Amino acid sequence: MSQQESFARTVRHSKARGRIRTVLTYVLLTIWALIVLFPFYWMILTSVKSYSSYNSEYVPKLYAVSPTVQNYREAFTAVPLLRYFTNTLIFTVITTALMMVVIILAAFAFSRLKFRGRNLLFTVFLSLMMIPNELVIITNFVTITNWGLRNTFTGLILPSVTSVFYIYLLKENFEQIPEELYKAAKVDGTSDFRYLTRVMIPISRPTIITIIILKVIECWNSYVWPRLITDNEAYFLVSNGIQEIRENGFGRENIPAMMAAVVVISVPLIIVFLIFRKKIMAGVSRGGTKG
Amino acid sequence: MDKNSWKPWLYLLPALVFLGIFMVYPLFDVMMYSVEEGYNSASQTFYGVGKYNYSYVLRDPYFLQALKNTFILVIITVPLSTGIALLISVGLNSIKPLKELYQTVYFLPYVTNTLAVGLVFMILFKKTPYSEGFVNQIIGFFGAGPVDFIEGPYWAKMFVMCFYTIWVVLPFKILILTSALASVNPDYYKAAKVDGTSPGRTFLRITLPMISPMVFYLIITGFIGAFKAYSDVVAIFGTDLNAAGMNTIVGYVYDMLYGDSGGYPSYASAAALILFAIVLTITCINLLISRKTVHYT
Amino acid sequence: MKIVLENLTKKYPNQNRKIKTEVTAVSDMSIEIPDGQLVGLLGPSGCGKSTTLNMICGLEKPTSGRIYFGDTDVTELPPEERGVGMVFQSYALYPHLTARQNIMFPLQNFRGEKKLSRSELEARAEEAARLVQIEQFLDRKPGQMSGGQQQRVAIARALVKMPGVLLLDEPLSNLDARLRLQTREEIRRIQRETGITSVFVTHDQEEAMSISDFIVVMDTGVVQQIGKPQSVYDDPVNLFVAKFLGTPQINVFDGTVKAGKLFIGDEAVLDVPGVPDRDVTVGIRPEGFVPDENGVLTCNLHAIEVMGRDTSVVAAHPAFTGHEIRAIIRSDERPEGSGGTVRFNLKEKKVYLFDKDSGERIRF
Repeated sequence: MSQQESFARTVRHSKARGRIRTVLTYVLLTIWALIVLFPFYWMILTSVKSYSSYNSEYVPKLYAVSPTVQNYREAFTAVPLLRYFTNTLIFTVITTALMMVVIILAAFAFSRLKFRGRNLLFTVFLSLMMIPNELVIITNFVTITNWGLRNTFTGLILPSVTSVFYIYLLKENFEQIPEELYKAAKVDGTSDFRYLTRVMIPISRPTIITIIILKVIECWNSYVWPRLITDNEAYFLVSNGIQEIRENGFGRENIPAMMAAVVVISVPLIIVFLIFRKKIMAGVSRGGTKG
Repeated sequence: MDKNSWKPWLYLLPALVFLGIFMVYPLFDVMMYSVEEGYNSASQTFYGVGKYNYSYVLRDPYFLQALKNTFILVIITVPLSTGIALLISVGLNSIKPLKELYQTVYFLPYVTNTLAVGLVFMILFKKTPYSEGFVNQIIGFFGAGPVDFIEGPYWAKMFVMCFYTIWVVLPFKILILTSALASVNPDYYKAAKVDGTSPGRTFLRITLPMISPMVFYLIITGFIGAFKAYSDVVAIFGTDLNAAGMNTIVGYVYDMLYGDSGGYPSYASAAALILFAIVLTITCINLLISRKTVHYT
Repeated sequence: MKIVLENLTKKYPNQNRKIKTEVTAVSDMSIEIPDGQLVGLLGPSGCGKSTTLNMICGLEKPTSGRIYFGDTDVTELPPEERGVGMVFQSYALYPHLTARQNIMFPLQNFRGEKKLSRSELEARAEEAARLVQIEQFLDRKPGQMSGGQQQRVAIARALVKMPGVLLLDEPLSNLDARLRLQTREEIRRIQRETGITSVFVTHDQEEAMSISDFIVVMDTGVVQQIGKPQSVYDDPVNLFVAKFLGTPQINVFDGTVKAGKLFIGDEAVLDVPGVPDRDVTVGIRPEGFVPDENGVLTCNLHAIEVMGRDTSVVAAHPAFTGHEIRAIIRSDERPEGSGGTVRFNLKEKKVYLFDKDSGERIRF
């Protein structure tokens, strides 16, 4: 029965190894989760510490002794945080809405309408995806400046209302709708535009929502273009606002108030994310790029 | 259908107009700029055509510093972030309880404002007269001296920059890799188990080749993204990156275009085209390597 | 190597986490598979046959019960310690490796004294390839091979370790009809040549019947019947087995036993001595009908389908429980015309009685 015993030993060993591996896995995952979460915890924590108690802590405490909302009041009064917020909201809504119109029309033309040179034109479109934004932004800056659109919403919005990538994504989705539906609609005398709005858009709603969410995230976080095109605080978006607060701030280096502003800016997207978690993650893994 | 052949163009018109003005025209325009010598943005005149702008940029110490910074950032963060993402994804894929919670947490940085969280990082790393900063407290706990990560030595600043970059890019990579791992047919693992394949060998010989297209996709996009690093660097070191010695190529482009030393679209264009050439070259090299190593089904 | 399953039971927690009850996939299964036999585990999907296979393989742990290979208790052993080869339904061939590399893969896992030299590896792989007759495809990748060739590579990979037991999960389900016939003969040949104890899982009764030494019919986690294919077909223990084996399916009628005679409708069709008076379910194999002008069972004739050697008579009867009766008769015996009625005599050996509630066989 010594064979039996050696079997038993291998079994015990492999079980023990498995358990150690599981524990190690959880430790590793938890460490990274803490690294991810800590900055969020830190900013919320600091935002409820009073100015004096923050500055008196040579060794920063990981809890707040007497939480206060004073910093939030200051963030909304001492700097035009609300203005940044409204600006970003206006910018995000208009840009996303305009872009959806533009890309839905284009994707429809590419996926269903037949015209001479369609394939060639689409190839040209695809090759445009390779052009980095950094390259064309120089001329766009000059163009918008020449048009006298600096420090206007028009100037902020115009260059970002098309996206070759989203046209591509939507076209692929439109093409999955059976062509029979289009033919049936034609037989019934439905116009192209009516077919688009009554059939294709409703069927492709999941993809359209995904694109909207991705674009909203992109708009909310955009920094480079707004920075180039606005130097008037009245048109700052949140990203530029944060940079402004950081450099000229609250008159003095008021870190708790800064953190309150950071919290206020970060929270809306986090809430959106927690609500549409599944959709956003699926959408990003299908169509997102960052980093 | 032929009768209405102008109609499709109506649908395409908005896209064509916007792309024409803000993408196609600028592409040619930027090339023009880059060869127009002595361009004056006020009078919109230039002396002549040549490669002076390029040679100016390539001799500019700020540009060389930016080039160096960018390359260091790329070389450190791309392999490291891909590796860590792979490690975490494999871990995530092997557990059941709490998996969704971890996934949600890991994705958070993706939906946060880079500038806003960068400010938090800056404060965590910063050393002030009042406090050494949180990170220095931890380092001090292990017996090392305080380091000024934000205004101190070069390597310390570079460390923060790389750390934050990895923190920012990881959510996307983890997401892509976990879904790639989850889509591997479980029969392969069963087959490997029946054959007594060790976990290490299973990973190297089965898992990795299976997800290699996705890993490779992440490496390419990772290279491109890291070469374009800018806003996360601004988030930590502020807008005057040249002063901090932490400028990147993209940062140099913007500074040339519109910063304290701005108003030189010609230099900006030349720098942007140099960046584009670098990215294109690296991507081509990547593609060549992938032909030999990546398995596509 | 002999395989013994002893009171094997597997329970899963319910998929819906709110329901605390467990799902029993395999219930108290005890069978003994003699050395060198080819056994088919047969049943409808969800009957527990794949779970059983996975437990034999070691991929799943039984909730209770033991598994023996020969005299060794392997219940607690991981798959690699059991010396089994497994062929997966999807084949699970590594797409980035050539057929040769796939076949060598299991051997390269050997460590220590068992480690093989390069030339030994090559020799073993080629031997396995020769056995399944794919020598000429060794340097192709799975994507460049047909389904049948991939199947052979998968078998070669399972056999190259010289396992004591070969397990096949639905080995033919991914092949087209023609290849399926060919491949099942191939599996039979390979099994004969190697003499390796083999268990395969299938939902296709014809497949199981045609190549197995004996079959195990399962339903809802319970073994219904074990035996040689022909004897299980000829002598089913219950209505489920009778219905599951045979195409066309067995014809099922409602019947009554009165005074030692079996009645279908008003007609006494058969003497069933010793069966007490009761309602029964009657199963009649399609080949159990003999057309006869003076036959005992009268049916409404629907159609006559000529299939060359045989003829299929499609008919109806008020006491019939299914859609339509199918009788298979020799073409030279077929009745004339269509419409009207047709009368049959019954072959006693092709008529089975079952309990109306439990479905258990009532012998007579």
